[in-house]
Amino acid sequence: MNKIFLIIERELLTRVKKKSFIITTILVPLLFAALMVVPVLIQGVKDDERKTIAVVDQSGLAEKALQNSDNFTFVFMPHAALDSLKQNFSRSNLYAVAAIGDLNEKKQPAIDLYAFKQPNMDVQRYIERGFKDAVEQHKLESYHIQGLDTIIASIKTDVRLKTFIWGDDGQEKATNTGLYMGISYALSFMIYIFIFMFGSMVMRGVIEEKSSRIIEVIVSSVKPFQLMMGKIIGIASVGLLQFVIWIALTLGVATVLQGVISDPASIENITQIMPVGDSISSIFSMLGSISYTAVILSFLLYFLFGYLLYASMFAAIGSAVESEADTQQLIIPVTIPLIIGIFLMLHTFQYPDSSLSFWGSIIPFTSPMVMMARIPFGVPLWQVALSLSLLLITFIGIAWVAGKIYRTGILMYGKKPTLKEMLKWINYKN
Amino acid sequence: MDLLIANNVAKRYTNHLALNDVSISVPTGSIYGLLGPNGAGKTTLIRIINRITAPDTGQVLFDSCPMQADDILRIGYLPEERGLYKKMKVGEQALYLARLKGMSRHDAMTQLKIWFAKFEIQAWWNRKVEELSKGMAQKVQFIVTILHKPKLLIFDEPFSGFDPVNVNLLKQEILNMKAQGSTIIFSTHNMASVEELCDSIALINKSKVIVEGKLDEVRRQHGDNIVEVAFRGDPAELQQALHGEYTLLRQKEQNGIHKASIKITEQKPANHLLQQLLPRVEIVGFNEIIPSMNDIFIKLVS
Repeated sequence: MNKIFLIIERELLTRVKKKSFIITTILVPLLFAALMVVPVLIQGVKDDERKTIAVVDQSGLAEKALQNSDNFTFVFMPHAALDSLKQNFSRSNLYAVAAIGDLNEKKQPAIDLYAFKQPNMDVQRYIERGFKDAVEQHKLESYHIQGLDTIIASIKTDVRLKTFIWGDDGQEKATNTGLYMGISYALSFMIYIFIFMFGSMVMRGVIEEKSSRIIEVIVSSVKPFQLMMGKIIGIASVGLLQFVIWIALTLGVATVLQGVISDPASIENITQIMPVGDSISSIFSMLGSISYTAVILSFLLYFLFGYLLYASMFAAIGSAVESEADTQQLIIPVTIPLIIGIFLMLHTFQYPDSSLSFWGSIIPFTSPMVMMARIPFGVPLWQVALSLSLLLITFIGIAWVAGKIYRTGILMYGKKPTLKEMLKWINYKN
Repeated sequence: MDLLIANNVAKRYTNHLALNDVSISVPTGSIYGLLGPNGAGKTTLIRIINRITAPDTGQVLFDSCPMQADDILRIGYLPEERGLYKKMKVGEQALYLARLKGMSRHDAMTQLKIWFAKFEIQAWWNRKVEELSKGMAQKVQFIVTILHKPKLLIFDEPFSGFDPVNVNLLKQEILNMKAQGSTIIFSTHNMASVEELCDSIALINKSKVIVEGKLDEVRRQHGDNIVEVAFRGDPAELQQALHGEYTLLRQKEQNGIHKASIKITEQKPANHLLQQLLPRVEIVGFNEIIPSMNDIFIKLVS
């Protein structure tokens, strides 16, 4: 028994001491944080150069539509010819030339914007919006109805639905389905990625032992099953350690961010920048409505159990080959259920309580992905318990079978076996 | 006293019989050569002794008791196909492998320091295995095999990949371990080193033990009862002395000395031949020709 701990220790330490582990563990959360914060900050940085735009107007609406602003100055040249403007463009300090045609039968102006370089979106939007308002105003006036502006303003309606869920404690929490869907999708996808990543790490480890021929030395000291389980558990510890560090770092970063955000001035900044329907504070309260302990706990459990199940299969495959290139066909039976899980999840994160979602989250091979997609929406405890127990029982069964394949496979060199041959190894006596 | 006894061991794989009713007895404190052509079943037998695989039938006794799982801690095994973790540091790895054999960290460390000094490889302690040459890695493997002072050592082609200087170093260490009471099973195709090191041998061919016993006895048994007589004088006198009772196989002359290989039989033993020869020629040498292990191997296997 002591020996399995030695194996776990080696598997854990050799990986944790690697530079790549340290880098991903620390950099990934920072990268995520940066991905969220940087776009917001960058959006805040505007092009502050003043741009002058020449306007050749035939509609008569331009002077109303195009007001000078901090960024744009409009020079109206009703009689200038486009050709001469073009010829003198490089000498003038013009940014672009807007040619406004006459209003057509639908009373819409044709606007053409000319420049030697592609004009940026801000200019285009500013001109479009200005004309939209001006033309609408112009049309309204053409009806000659007194007080039409105020009538229009008074019938404009903004309907917004808010969702609440009743908790068992009698409290109601404001929620947001979109937010839940996002979290559900992300969790499920992460489970898939991590099971795949750490599972194939087990497979590579097994192949390494076999191809470097250290395997025979080791199995003359420990039982093959101990070696296999030691490796699987050791790599699971690597994964769990990494998650714990990530969770701690994320909580740390979140606390710092919350400190910044609780400052009213910065909230105002962010709401200006982010065109969101809900105010920032309500988003934060909605984020608060998710039970993080439940989510984190289920994530860790489903990762662990799902990983154990798949890692056993990965180990069996690794034992049968001498190089990673040989795994391509053998690995298909392992990847197919994982991929089915991801496909089911694409349904589940929209319909978390459908019968497809229910069964997908109970059946062991897909349950880690599908159940994680259901968790943010709330799942009855008995379902989680049932699904986890089934997953664990399946793992024990698969590990037993995998162990039989493994102990035969690791000592077989030469011809690459087929899946059928590998299944025969289960009945070998050794 | 035999440290290890295999009784009627058989092992079948899907389409061939790897071991067919194999019995061997390895005397305590001896070096025991396990010989045989490729594919004869040596590796399977060694794996059964190491409990890497189990026999279909038959039994292995270690120290007079049926083998237990823990007995593998008292065995040191250097497989023919051997390797180390490439990315792991030499010292760390040696320590790990020693602890897997049940040594405490402290013991393993002390012993490793001694052996690394003995083999003059202390400088490699913190180097990764992938930086070592094949021979260097083999030295580390050898140390790890013997570090826990096992009662039984199994070496499968231990000298492959070593230069002659290191082969000598290893031979000395193997003999040292024998002197300290270890029992050694030694599997190799190099018959010269078998003659040099082994006390007993077993020859396995086509899944069966075809010869087992003390090396000297085996060699003598497989001798063709030939003596070589070196003499001065007239070869014709020799012919006469033989009377047609003995067969002259070969004869050659060098610097005035004739050497004749003569077949003897039980009815006509060497002494009788000598009596016939003494009055006729001047005998300068008389010895029995014992076949080399190499000859015996080839004769029995082909």
